[in-house]
Amino acid sequence: MVVGHGVRCLSQLAELPELHQMMRQTCRDYAQKELAPIAAQLDKDHRFPAKQVQELGAMGVMAVEVPESLGGAGMDYLAYCLAVEELSRGCASTGVIVSVNNSLYLGPILKFGTEEQKKQWITPFTTGEKVGCFALSEPGNGSDAGAASTLAQREGDEWVLNGTKAWITNCWDASATVVFATTDKSLKHKGISAFLVPMPHPGLSLGKKEDKLGIRASSTANIILEDCRIPLGNMLGERGMGFKIAMRFSIPQQTLDSGRLGIAAQALGIAQAALDCAADYAHKRTAFGAPIGKLQAIQFKLADMALATESARLLTWRAAMLRDAKKPFTKEAAMAKLAASEAATFVSHQAIQVLGGMGYVTDMPAERHYRDARITEIYEGTSEIQRLVIANNILKEYQQ
Amino acid sequence: MSARVLVGVKRVIDYAVKIRVKPDRTGVVTDGVKHSMNPFCEIAVEEAVKLKEKKLVKEVVAVSCGPQQVQETIRTALAMGADRGIHVEVSGKDYETLGPLQVSKIFAALAKKEQADLIILGKQAIDDDCNQTGQMTAALLDWPQGTFASEVTLEADKLKVVREIDGGLETIKINLPAVVTADLRLNTPRYATLPNIMKAKKKKITNVKPADLGVDVSSRLEVLKVEKLKEAGRI
Repeated sequence: MVVGHGVRCLSQLAELPELHQMMRQTCRDYAQKELAPIAAQLDKDHRFPAKQVQELGAMGVMAVEVPESLGGAGMDYLAYCLAVEELSRGCASTGVIVSVNNSLYLGPILKFGTEEQKKQWITPFTTGEKVGCFALSEPGNGSDAGAASTLAQREGDEWVLNGTKAWITNCWDASATVVFATTDKSLKHKGISAFLVPMPHPGLSLGKKEDKLGIRASSTANIILEDCRIPLGNMLGERGMGFKIAMRFSIPQQTLDSGRLGIAAQALGIAQAALDCAADYAHKRTAFGAPIGKLQAIQFKLADMALATESARLLTWRAAMLRDAKKPFTKEAAMAKLAASEAATFVSHQAIQVLGGMGYVTDMPAERHYRDARITEIYEGTSEIQRLVIANNILKEYQQ
Repeated sequence: MSARVLVGVKRVIDYAVKIRVKPDRTGVVTDGVKHSMNPFCEIAVEEAVKLKEKKLVKEVVAVSCGPQQVQETIRTALAMGADRGIHVEVSGKDYETLGPLQVSKIFAALAKKEQADLIILGKQAIDDDCNQTGQMTAALLDWPQGTFASEVTLEADKLKVVREIDGGLETIKINLPAVVTADLRLNTPRYATLPNIMKAKKKKITNVKPADLGVDVSSRLEVLKVEKLKEAGRI
């Protein structure tokens, strides 16, 4: 591959550029000093970390890739993935809040919005004062995104939205949402369009906050649309473009592919935090007269945990670099998300094992990492969907 | 205000690292060990940047003495808001024996060369705990000094400094130009923001050698041995 200004080459996987090292360090410092100490309490209280989100906004982390002219940090996708990993290492809920705002809310508007839409819907959401959310899934369809039944009907100079969206991260704390609704059911997935809706808004109400196993400081609930009226100018992109905006399908740099890597980064942060916890404990806990880190059983676990995490990290970095180089990255993003989420669940599971009884109680963070990790195999594309995406790409490569 | 501030930033072993003594007992292990900016130097940079934000000073120049790696430390200062950096190249044996006397000579020479109005340093470095550089620099320049500062107020060309001393707090008023050393409670250093990290890339770091400043960095001290303290309570 060519080594040159702005183009990544594989050797860069070995050491990050100075800019990225600096931003990784500042995110790590913030996460370790400001997030890690409160993460357990945030989880217990199911409390949105509003103060921290504002501080992260001031640091530019809520809008990593947004250009400076719109109020963002103007950095690249690799920098964003590094940021989400480091923050998630401190608090996985904060990691997903940051990820959803960056990838799922700002991402599509940045890519498909008009200049006017960008000013209105992006700039206020870069400072941490406001966060956005992404409403695609419905009670009747998650993986089967093309089967959206939320309707958008045109009435004069307004769109009228009706339907229910499910599992929307950030929605109780959000000030706007990107909503996907069908403007023509007969066209199936080609009839889906994207809309920008402010929150709160007449006709938009929120369901009860889900009581989740993990990432409890982030809110998850249904969004219910009942004759929710929005101006025509609130459509994002072209009519019928919604599915493409949401997903992948021949155009590079689509939202869910990018969101995928955000979640991969979150999973890496959780895995790393669990590994940190287990390795530290292995030094301190003694059994049979020596630290348990001397026992091969523990050593093998730590080795497997580190290997799983590092492999997933390199997959994530590579996918991010491909995206920054404007190359297709669908297969690599799916691989990264699959590897990272399975690493997170594996590592956090083993971390509890290393900690023994202490891994099962809230005195140590291992149990929280275990609970936080589980969702990474489900949202933003289940592991099963990731496997389908990878397989489809492989089969295409080997097309007869 | 046309004041120029020099801020010293020292690259030290990170405070969280467990220090290990080298087997030959000539020093501590530094290879492959995490380094970062001395915490008191971070406080010094923060104070200088705050003065600039209040428009009381015009330019903040971050200075570090050492080998190539100290450029990372200077860049961190730039990412916190310093305007430019000066890297004083000292490496090899000279760097191993570099101490407050030589560094203060370097700072005194730079202060004259850059026509600085104020020098802010950390009160001490967490590796050698000398607590000498600020005081020596002021003496060499014949400038007043406000050490262990927990509050600094700039009023025209005078500096009001609240100092943390054994008996409590002492408030002094000194004329500029002056040397101030930062104590823990002076401020809380900011996190480098992403836009500032991007801007730091474009800020200039100039290289200079001690000889160019007329400074001899040879040491008058010789380290005889470095050894770990025996743990308390164990025989």
